[in-house]
Amino acid sequence: MTQSVLSLDDLAAGVPDGALLALPPDNSLPPSALVRALVRRGVRGLRLLGVPVSGMVTDLLIGAGCVASVQSSAVSLGEAGTAPRFTAALAAGSIEMIDATCPAIHTMLQAAEKGVPFMPLRGVLGSDLLAHRPDWRVIDNPFDHDDPILLLPALSPDVAAFHAVLADAHGNVWVGRRRELATLAHAAKRTLVTVERIVADSLLDDERMAPGTIAATYIEAIAVVEHGAWPIALLDEYEADSAHIAEYARLARSDAGFRAYLDSHVFARSAAAAE
Amino acid sequence: MIAPEKRGIITPEERLACVLARLILDPAAPPARHIAVGAASPIPAAACWLVRTLGHDVRLSLLHKRTGNPFTEGSRELFDLAGQGRIDLFFLGGGQIDGAGNINLIGTGEWPGRTTRFPGSFGSAFMYTVVPRTILFREEHSRRVLVPRVDHVSAAGSPQALVTGRCVFRFASRFTLASLHPGESATSVRDNTGFGYESPPEVPTTPEPSEQELQLLRGPVRVEMLETYPGFCRRVWGEN
Repeated sequence: MTQSVLSLDDLAAGVPDGALLALPPDNSLPPSALVRALVRRGVRGLRLLGVPVSGMVTDLLIGAGCVASVQSSAVSLGEAGTAPRFTAALAAGSIEMIDATCPAIHTMLQAAEKGVPFMPLRGVLGSDLLAHRPDWRVIDNPFDHDDPILLLPALSPDVAAFHAVLADAHGNVWVGRRRELATLAHAAKRTLVTVERIVADSLLDDERMAPGTIAATYIEAIAVVEHGAWPIALLDEYEADSAHIAEYARLARSDAGFRAYLDSHVFARSAAAAE
Repeated sequence: MIAPEKRGIITPEERLACVLARLILDPAAPPARHIAVGAASPIPAAACWLVRTLGHDVRLSLLHKRTGNPFTEGSRELFDLAGQGRIDLFFLGGGQIDGAGNINLIGTGEWPGRTTRFPGSFGSAFMYTVVPRTILFREEHSRRVLVPRVDHVSAAGSPQALVTGRCVFRFASRFTLASLHPGESATSVRDNTGFGYESPPEVPTTPEPSEQELQLLRGPVRVEMLETYPGFCRRVWGEN
């Protein structure tokens, strides 16, 4: 079975309203162009999962009214500061926040990729996170005495989406050392990927590329979008557009500024055509 | 050699990096063979590079360094290493820090931070308990940050020390004022600290960076920092 190569809009159509959608943060290949296409489509009620934290595309989806809840270990624009639309939505009570901690999200996805119902994790005891996570349980280590340990349920996102550098003609996708995306693709029910370009030769035939490759087994569909992570950096392909991110951080502080940003960079005919 | 007139302008960032470097090298603490530094932590990162360029054999894992980043199993690898005991020292901060050493990265007011929302707990709930040594670092030293009791506990633990823009506290079940940065007094720290702490009758002044430390910070440390923290380098050390 070969993967479909779709247009960006057709790929975005594959994310249903209300989906549990897993997204990587700004240092780990976020699908920025796909998220803009989702905003243009008017997706609603998304339940976002930050793997393991959330960045600019999460803030954009929240501001555009696409999000019902966010599960994440942090939401931030990194050096550009707090995520303004996330903060505003929490203050307004318009989204539900489900707080986590980074290794807990990794562990829940690892349980899902193994097909086991739960996995244990050290630490976290003593954090108020526990009181707000009725789905997390502390048990006594059955192999030892006086050793309470946290159990986390397997978590299988409905859809995982990210932007990678390369795919090959067979639908294998190269993410380099960002191996958390492999765990995510293994754990998710469906994985949708945008890439900079498609190469003819199989990535799995190349000993040097294969370890950074996610096999087509896990990938449902691909769209080719050059600069699809912009304004976020993409590995050694291109750097972050820091001036643009700073401009977003400034505009998104107000409802009117955020609307103006959407009009210029998401809805404008030229912005959509560029993707 | 740094000319005396240039040496005179020691920035707060340089001073704090030296304070953290000395805490890393504290002979009374278990050895720091492998130190990890999280996101957006330029001063702890500078302290670690200072320790390295002083000639100490420490392994540094800087999470947000793109080239030379040691992790090849994705962003979970740091936590796997820490869970195994392979990370000796980590740095944490907090929107609020209390006198019991608890940190709050969730927010203030009703859960999950209805009054003021902070970014979130990141890996703190795990790292604070599994890593043997944690140094708490927060430049802002005010009653807003240093509170009697955090509104929400992101992570509970027992830090080696708390370093702020005003002073150094050591920790052993509660904080003890260990040194005052130049320009601060026992009174200025008391007035700006919301939690109770021990204060010995005589509190030493935090030693200034040595000439060697300044030369290293402004030379090889700055070069190492440029890729990950260009804005910080420009602000502290100017262009070039």
